[in-house]
Amino acid sequence: MSSFFSYLITGISLGSIYALIALGYTMVYGIAKMLNFAHGDVIMIGGYIVFTAVSTLGWSSGLGIFGAIFCGILGCLLLGVLVEKVAYKPLRNAPSLAVLITAIGVSYLLQNIALLIFGSNPKNFSSVVMFDGFSIGKVRISGETVVTIAVSVLIMIGLTLFVNHTKSGMAMLAVSEDKGAAQLMGVNVNRTISLTFAIGSALAGVASILLCSTYPLLSPYTGAMPGIKAFTAAVFGGIGSIPGAMIGGVILGVIESLSKAYISSQFSDAIVFGVLIIVLLVKPTGIMGKKLNEKV
Amino acid sequence: MKKVLSMVLAVLFVLTAFVSCGKGNETPAVSGEGNNAATEATLLLGGIGPLTGPAASYGQAVKDGAQLAVDEINAAGGVNGMKLELNFQDDEHDAEKSVNAYNALMDAGMKLLIGTVTSNPCVAVAAEAAEDNVFLLTPSGSAVECIKNDNAFRICFSDPNQGIGAADYIAENAVAEKIAVIYNSSDVYSQGIYEKFNAEAAEKNLTIVAAEAFTKDSATDFSVQLQKIKDSGADLLFLPIYYQEAALILEQASKLGLDVKYFGCDGLDGIIDQLGADKAALAEGVMLLTPFAADADDEKTQKFTAAYKAAYNDAIPTQFAADGYDAIYTVKAAIEKAGITDANISASDLCDALVKAMVEITVDGVTGEMTWDASGEPEKTPKAMVIKDGSYSAM
Repeated sequence: MSSFFSYLITGISLGSIYALIALGYTMVYGIAKMLNFAHGDVIMIGGYIVFTAVSTLGWSSGLGIFGAIFCGILGCLLLGVLVEKVAYKPLRNAPSLAVLITAIGVSYLLQNIALLIFGSNPKNFSSVVMFDGFSIGKVRISGETVVTIAVSVLIMIGLTLFVNHTKSGMAMLAVSEDKGAAQLMGVNVNRTISLTFAIGSALAGVASILLCSTYPLLSPYTGAMPGIKAFTAAVFGGIGSIPGAMIGGVILGVIESLSKAYISSQFSDAIVFGVLIIVLLVKPTGIMGKKLNEKV
Repeated sequence: MKKVLSMVLAVLFVLTAFVSCGKGNETPAVSGEGNNAATEATLLLGGIGPLTGPAASYGQAVKDGAQLAVDEINAAGGVNGMKLELNFQDDEHDAEKSVNAYNALMDAGMKLLIGTVTSNPCVAVAAEAAEDNVFLLTPSGSAVECIKNDNAFRICFSDPNQGIGAADYIAENAVAEKIAVIYNSSDVYSQGIYEKFNAEAAEKNLTIVAAEAFTKDSATDFSVQLQKIKDSGADLLFLPIYYQEAALILEQASKLGLDVKYFGCDGLDGIIDQLGADKAALAEGVMLLTPFAADADDEKTQKFTAAYKAAYNDAIPTQFAADGYDAIYTVKAAIEKAGITDANISASDLCDALVKAMVEITVDGVTGEMTWDASGEPEKTPKAMVIKDGSYSAM
């Protein structure tokens, strides 16, 4: 029983990270109707920024850590906005396929920039979590797990409040509902899209720090697999839906962890994606997805 | 999703083209070098291994070790009057890039191949080399299939030998009774060692209480596997994997409070650097089977270590550097045995001559005294090492 509890905690912790990344995918999709495949690589860049601050510049003591975290999040935020301005904005009215290809291009661009600057040897990321964790009975819970879950819960509550109760948040909802109508009502669509990218990328920055602290191996491809898993989580929860991304992420993490524990450590990914297929067969818009009425 | 995949592939393809262009600029006029080489009685040796990418440290070490041997031999007058020249290409531990590198080297006039360094690419290149009848000597490609063809030989132990050796060592020295394994099921090296280890362990009455796998796509989170191992009550964790994942496993295991002994194979070589100075203590007491230790006290090793340090900024040679170094001296011994004096000999004729010579020579290298049979497998004894005070020492 204690093992089950421990697998569950691992799954929730992993799932919280997926959820944070999935939020970026889902918000951008909801508003810009595009799949930002460069999102996973923004995470990787965030990891390198924090790594540089902590390991190269030596900001590893109390205040320095906060400085490094701040730089990481700010760096991701600026990168996200920059990518949007340079790569996606000129294609606002282009076919969605062109935007998709651009996103994949940006993804490779970021990976290759990281390869060029930091080289391909994986870096050992020192955890920014200074707290050692504790044991409940026989279950050992690491500091990273506690911090990951706590931070994710706080962010999700904050984001929900922001979207539902502030003007900018409601503007985001309005744009995602109907871009044209929102513009007619006086919403600045371009600024709202930029804001969405900024928030999504800042969340990626948080996710990168949590991800790299929990799994301290940083390479130019670090963001790729979590990015795909988080994208899956976003689809699973219903792409475009913020609570869907959160629930999708956590469920995906728990399924992955439990299938590793009780079925096979080798097939866990296959099982995760198998569950996705079943969910999509039963409910094509995902768990929390809105039913779309085809316009004829 | 199919569309996305095809786009990903398309973008990847274009980028690969750019990358290889970049590489081309770094080593200018590859083909020109080959032509000059022929006229100055220089024998062009090809080398392939990962100089970038996740396994970069192996390729770089082999390249450095091999280059050191080439320089030593040239300084001493060459082989049968011929100078050696090493053209080492990057394959990023990727089979496709490795075959491309092989073709580029063939165009450059390569006479024989030192490589490739890692198993997966080596299997792919071995097939090409067999077709062209080019002599292939892999310093460290340990998968069985690397040398299944008649033209291929190797310096390091094969995966089965490592698996069997590890199980024998654990049984004979009563290191542990209950054993857990974590292996990479998407890697031929890891899978190969695991299978043989499993079979041999059963014969030696060792109990494998947990065998957990991961794949290259799930190579970051081991907490579930480690928790299962903790529950299984194992007292030794066998890690037939590479050092990057092993470093993560050590770290996650310490967070989980897992108290076991660790035993690995030559893939663990490099783990101390990977962990970095502040976490190197995690590797204390890790045991591994490897044919080379830089601090061994025999004269040959000490001479090699000193020369290597002098040539490469005080870097301590790893087993891979030693394999690369031995590979060049093995080629030298084989060329001398076969009595080759003409640097313009065709790669195919050279191959036939060297294959005959290989089974007759004995090379006393830094990785031990080696002889070969027609299968291409070296005959030498594995040594067990333990990590103590941040370096490898013999057990």
